[in-house]
Formats: sequence, structure tokens, C-alpha cells
Amino acid sequence: MAKKRPIALLAELASNKEDFGGMPLAPGHRMCIGCGIPPIVNEVLLAIDEPVVVSTATGCLEVTTGVYPVTAWNVPWIHVNFQSAAAVIGGVEAAYKVLKKKGLYDKEVKFVAFGGDGGTYDIGFQSLSATVERGHDFLYVCYNNEGYQNTGYQKSSATPIGAYTKTTPVGKEKIGKQEPRKDLTMIMAAHGIPYTAQAAPHIYRDLTKKVKKAMSFKGPKFINVLQPCTLSWRFAPEDTMRLAKLAVETRYWPVYEVIDGKYWKVNVKPKRPKPIEEYIAAQPRWKHVLKYPEIVEKIQKEVDEKWNHLLALEEMSKKLAEKEGVDYEKLFELPKEEN
Amino acid sequence: MATKKVVALTGNQAAAEAMRQINFDVAAVYPISPQTELMGFFAEYVANGEVDTDMVAVEGEHSAMAACIGAAAAGARTITASAGPGIAYMVENLYIASGMRLPIVLLDVNRALSAPLSIHCDHADSMLTRDTSWISLFAENAQEAYHHILMAVKISEKAMFPIIVNYDGYIVSHSIENVELLDDETVQNFVGPSGIHRIPYPLLDIDHPVTYGATAQPDYYTECKYQQHVDFLKVYDIVREVFDEFAEISGKKYDFIEEYQTEDAEYIGISMGSSFGTLKDAVDKLRAQGKKVGAVKITLFRPFPRKEIAKALSKAKGVVVLDRADSFDGIGGPLFKDVAASLSDSENKPLLHNFIYGLGGREVHEEEFMKAFERVERLEKGIDTRENLVEYLQVRE
Repeated sequence: MAKKRPIALLAELASNKEDFGGMPLAPGHRMCIGCGIPPIVNEVLLAIDEPVVVSTATGCLEVTTGVYPVTAWNVPWIHVNFQSAAAVIGGVEAAYKVLKKKGLYDKEVKFVAFGGDGGTYDIGFQSLSATVERGHDFLYVCYNNEGYQNTGYQKSSATPIGAYTKTTPVGKEKIGKQEPRKDLTMIMAAHGIPYTAQAAPHIYRDLTKKVKKAMSFKGPKFINVLQPCTLSWRFAPEDTMRLAKLAVETRYWPVYEVIDGKYWKVNVKPKRPKPIEEYIAAQPRWKHVLKYPEIVEKIQKEVDEKWNHLLALEEMSKKLAEKEGVDYEKLFELPKEEN
Repeated sequence: MATKKVVALTGNQAAAEAMRQINFDVAAVYPISPQTELMGFFAEYVANGEVDTDMVAVEGEHSAMAACIGAAAAGARTITASAGPGIAYMVENLYIASGMRLPIVLLDVNRALSAPLSIHCDHADSMLTRDTSWISLFAENAQEAYHHILMAVKISEKAMFPIIVNYDGYIVSHSIENVELLDDETVQNFVGPSGIHRIPYPLLDIDHPVTYGATAQPDYYTECKYQQHVDFLKVYDIVREVFDEFAEISGKKYDFIEEYQTEDAEYIGISMGSSFGTLKDAVDKLRAQGKKVGAVKITLFRPFPRKEIAKALSKAKGVVVLDRADSFDGIGGPLFKDVAASLSDSENKPLLHNFIYGLGGREVHEEEFMKAFERVERLEKGIDTRENLVEYLQVRE
């Protein structure tokens, strides 16, 4: 057997899943050309060694992958509605636990829920927060395309300030969305769950490592993945990963992880961060704000403040680890068998 | 041979006892009066290891039903309980549970809907469930609530439709009665063992991945709903079968409806739930006055026992339909319309009149039901006339 790399390439991960035709989410689904959701879903599911059961909130992923009488899902999959992806997978996991306890089931199974930002930040937030609080053993992955893209792009609480959406148009008195985006990853970390992270689809090795790390913990895990939307952000389909890259390079979307809600680590630190204008200019949904320096300034300020906050949390975590006698670097390593 | 014992229990205690004996796999619940007490009793069983149940204390009824759907689709025997506003909150998911053809038991401890807020009994909550394709049973008392829950598991799993057991909030849930309990072994043999293969396509059968909750476009949606429609009509036979099987172990034979003094009755009253006893008292008093009256109780509310109702009313001159919820639609309460539609093919067309009673826990007495009979008789004889088909029975002027 060939020596495994520290973290497998995507193709290697796929080759281990031949019984699924290589991909948990099969080709032939109806997602847009250039959509980042299918790679995110496959990167996440391929990084998990055990069989999985998946639940999904209503949204882009759901309406394009299970269209009666066909399905793109090669894994057991359930969709109930917009707000319930977490509660549903909690129910499945409860069933699994009790049937095992009763000796009526003997397989090892993992549980994953996917939701867009609408189904996660907004309508599904109560269900997510409560499912996490109850300590169900599952991973929740938000594919965050910063708006209700499945219904033609309305604002969500993940939409950034100034961005055009159909419910926050650019008018004479109001320039796009008035409020800054909600920082859901921070909120999830504040639940004190074993693992919380932000990731981006173009750094797939980081994402798959995070999934593996997440699955090494028992209990609730949350990963927020930025998903640039070619259709609503209005960039060319081939530029999805370029947009994700820009989001990280401008520090608009910091890539980091949090253990137990108290140890923070920023995984990518751009040495020469690009100005936010570069990221904004690449998105016709947002670039009108470049005419308004005061809005751009506000956005840059938000980005800088959040970045500095994260770095401060990271510093604080190191000190905390030292105080507690914990090896900070080791906290974020994969367990031995995964290496 | 089943051994039985008679114990003094409230409706909620009797329901908790049924849940203990069945030993459900998953109970996803959120507290709401008058259901709270029931879940408290059951939580004690869980805490003391008297059941294996994973009790998932969710953050709201919408998630309660979502978790039930997940658990039932996974292959677990699943239950929840709620009341009034909680039922209203989970309605979206009730349609999804039945559309996915999942066996789930829901106990509806009947409560009024806001506004104004009332924690007390009426049937408005259950009327929200009437078009959801859930099987629905109405219990008259604690004994029936206990029996219905035992039968509900079996009916639901045979029919592959979810099922609601209704019993009146406070009037049944918090009143102490003598309840005859079956022994644990008899109950467990009756409901059968759990395990994912009780249902045809469990999510946890990971070697055979299935998709639950697909989107259906206009080319398939109708066909999906038609299959549901056709199968829901098969529920009648399944309920009858389980009622028969249950009679063998309990000695109590249930029917879709229960008739009282209807044989020669000219005027018949119809109600559901705890008020049936009061209705029978009214019948007794009127019989003592020489009036030919009778009463019918609806036990199986969904699917509606239209043939049995038509038969029971085939000789009646007038019918008192008693609704514990108003439809506010200029026609009448939900039960009234169901009864009227049931007579579509009948040669006999009795005069039907609708009375709204018992809203928000208003106490109901036989004198009021006697007045309703009197009103129907006068209408039928042409002594009284009516402006509307529906009237309130107990309004304080």
C-alpha cells in the first residue's frame, strides 16, 4: 500500500469510496455551473471514514439533489424543511443511540447536517443552537453563500453591509443592506462545543483536515464554509474558487478553528492582505459600494476589527493553554490514526 | 393470559403508563400545559431506567416533530405529546411526517388556541390536524386514552401513517379515575419488538441508502399525493383489525363510533371526547321524559367514519352536532361539516343543527345538551326557525 500523505488528496479520498461510485453526492444533480456546494459536500463527506447519514435544510443543495423520482445522494439522506436540518439529524442520532443501547443495531455511523446560511443563520438557528446544546453527536456544515440564493437572492443575516439583494436594493436613500453580517461562527463557538471552524472550499486540504478533526470529537461540531455564489454574486462560473481565495486573502473570511469554545487558532494568515476593494470589485452584487468611500471604510473597519479580535483570541488561547499545562499546538493536530 | 389490575390514575398518568409499557425508543418533547405533567411522569421513568427511551427535550414543538421525523425515518419507535399552541406550532411538520409515511405517535392533550390565551380544553388544536393525513383517535376518559395509545402504535406501524391520540386537557388529563391496566408482557407482545426493519426503508440501513424528503415537481406531486390518498382509505380496515386484536387481549372492543340509545331515536346528539358522558346523561334525562333521543361518540376521527355515521343517523329526524371548536366560516364547526358530508348518499335527510360548546375549558352540563335537543326538535317540527346553521350553546348574556 502506498504511503499515505499526512492529509489525503481529494482523489485519494474518493478512491476509498468506490462503493459510492466515488462520490457521496453523485454527478448529474442540478446545481448551477460553477457552484461551490458540490465540492464542499463531497470534500466533507469524503473526509469521513465511517458510513454517514445526512440531513439537509431546504435550499440550493436540497432542491437540486433529490428531485423525485431521482436522487444524487449515494448516502442515506433526509430533508424535512427549511428550519429543521439540525433537529432532524438530532432525531436520527437519538434513534441510533437508543437502538444500539437496546442491542438492535450494531453498525458505526456518523451524522452530518448541511444547511445554507438562510437555513442556518436565520430560520434554522433556534433548531441548530438547541440541537448543539443537547450534545448530539453530529457535524453541522453551513455552506454560506450570504443570501437566499435558491429563491433568487434575498438578504439573510449573513449578507454583508452594502450588498445588493432583492430585499435590500440599491436605491436613492438606501444603498443595499444596512446592517453588517452576523458572526455565526463566533456564536457557535460560544456554545462551548468541542469543535467550531471556518473554512473555504478552495483550501480543500484545510477543510478535509477540519472535518477529520471535527469527527475525532464526540458531540456537536460546526463548520462554516464560505460558498461564493456565481449566480447571485454575479461573477463568472469559473471564478468561484478565485472569489473564495480573495475572501481569505483580504481577511474578509478568516480561516480558523476553535476547540471547546476556548482555544482559537487562525489557520491562514495572509502576509500582505489585499484591500477589501479587490474582493468587492469582483462581485457585481456589491461593487456599487466602491462609489461610497464611507461604506467601504465601514467594511474594511469591520474586517480589520474582526481580524484583530481573532488574533487576540489566539494569543489569549496560547496563554490559557500554558496556564492549564496544555500543549497548544497539539490540540489542533489530528489524532494519531488519522495521520 | 393477560393479567389486569385496576389503579386510580389521572389521564396523564395512564398515558405515561402506556408509554412506559411500550418502551418507545425516542420521545422528543417540549413542555406545554396540560401535557407537561405527562412528560414529567415519563421523565421519571427515563431517569430511573425503567425505560430505554432516549428522551430528547427539544426547544419547541416544531423541532419536536422534526426530531420525531428523523428518529422514525431512522427506524426508531417514536412518540411526542403536545397541546393547543404546541400543536399549531408543529403543523408544518405534521404534513411532512405523513407525506413521508412515517409511523409516529402524537398525544394531543386537547387545549384551546390563543387569543385570548387559554390553557384549558377545547378541540381547536386537533382541528388543525384534521387535513394532515394523520390517523386520529378521540378518547373519552383515562381508560380509553391508555387503550388508544397501545393500539395507536400498532395501527400506525401497520398503516405506515402517523397517528394522534386525543384526550381532553384537564378534564381527562388531570382527573383521577379507575383505570384497568394490562400487564407489561401482554402489552409488549401486542405491540411487538422494535428495530429498524419494522419500516420498509430505514435511514439507518446504510447498505441500502434511501432519500427521504425529495422535491416533487408538477409532473409527480399529484401522483405522490394520490398514493397517500389511496393508502389513507385503507386505514379503516387496519384500524378495525387492530381494534379486533386488542379486544382479544383486553376484553374491550372498540368501534369507529359508539352508539347509545340510537336504536329507536328520533333525535341524536354527536360529540367527541369527554363530553360524551354528559351527553349520555342528557339522553337519560330526556328518555325519562319520554323523548326518543340517543347519542353517538366519534372514536375514529380521521379517517372519518362516514358510513358508520350515515348508518347511525339513517332513521333520525334531527341531529345535534356538538363541536368543541368553531370554524368561523358561516357554516359550522368541523364536526358538523363532516357529519353533513357523511349523509351525502343517505336517503334519510335529518335536520342537522350545530352547537359550539365547551370552548376554553367551559364546563358543560346535561341541561345545556338537553336544551340543544329541544332546539333541534323545535326546528325539525317547524316551531322554531333558524338564521344560521350554527349557534353557541353556553354564552353568558
